[in-house]
Amino acid sequence: MKELSLNILDIAENSVKAKAPLTQILLDETETVLTISIVDNGCGMTEDVVKRVTDPFYTTRTTRKVGLGIPFFKMEAEMTGGSFSIESKSESEFPNDHGTMIKATFHKDHIDFIPLGDVISTITTLIQGHPDSDFLFRHVFPGGEASLDTRELRNELGGVSLAEYEVIKWIDEYLKEQYTSN
Amino acid sequence: MKSLAELQAIKDKMKDKVVLREGSAQKRVVVGMATCGIAAGARPVLNAFVEGVNKEGLSGEVAVTQTGCIGICQYEPVVEIFEPGKDKVTYVKMTAEKADRVIKEHLKGGKVVTEYTIAAFAK
Repeated sequence: MKELSLNILDIAENSVKAKAPLTQILLDETETVLTISIVDNGCGMTEDVVKRVTDPFYTTRTTRKVGLGIPFFKMEAEMTGGSFSIESKSESEFPNDHGTMIKATFHKDHIDFIPLGDVISTITTLIQGHPDSDFLFRHVFPGGEASLDTRELRNELGGVSLAEYEVIKWIDEYLKEQYTSN
Repeated sequence: MKSLAELQAIKDKMKDKVVLREGSAQKRVVVGMATCGIAAGARPVLNAFVEGVNKEGLSGEVAVTQTGCIGICQYEPVVEIFEPGKDKVTYVKMTAEKADRVIKEHLKGGKVVTEYTIAAFAK
């Protein structure tokens, strides 16, 4: 992937596919370290599956036998001297407290660090494609932060879909403003 | 400063549109957004369709949606266009620039951009 924001999009698509009502995308950035957490309350995975998801030859897709999303993300973090972890609780074992948490830490000053890129575009793409799922985005960076909670937007919009062009455009501008005003 | 209250105005504006949209036979643009599509550049392609469909005034008749892996990863970014009563058209190796042409010539003009279809690439 050319940008880490594309990995975020890819991983968050798994959360939506796991029928998560809420997917949280949390970025914690200092001058030297970027931590990306993707936390969902979807159906989760059993311990056995969690062990296998970092293996490229494990996948949920039905059209071919290779799944590179999580292995890519793990590799990109480890290339910078950072770390990767995944924890999950399956719905069958934990009916009231299930979901998946993926956390990756990147060292920004390492030569193999891939830039975060256009994270706003990742958020608008997720919302446009999955207007009935909720997303909480928060990016804390040196000197400020940007955030968005689709549950708050939904309250204001009544029955209007979050995928409407006007809404997506508003989200784009709302987030851009938070990055430039900081 | 933008505020959440602005969404109220969008909501009011959309009310009439929603009524108008129900029941109208829609064309569907489906962009593959699995790992393969995303890595190959599907995100800007999707955004180009979302922007372009609105800009050309087609948002009432064209829905832009996303799907997972279609199974032809080597041709990503892949875009499928479904129109009622017509065969599905599969565009491959898409870019934002190609999307602009597909919007103008195919979605608006009704003429398939043959050179971007899978049939032209698979030769």
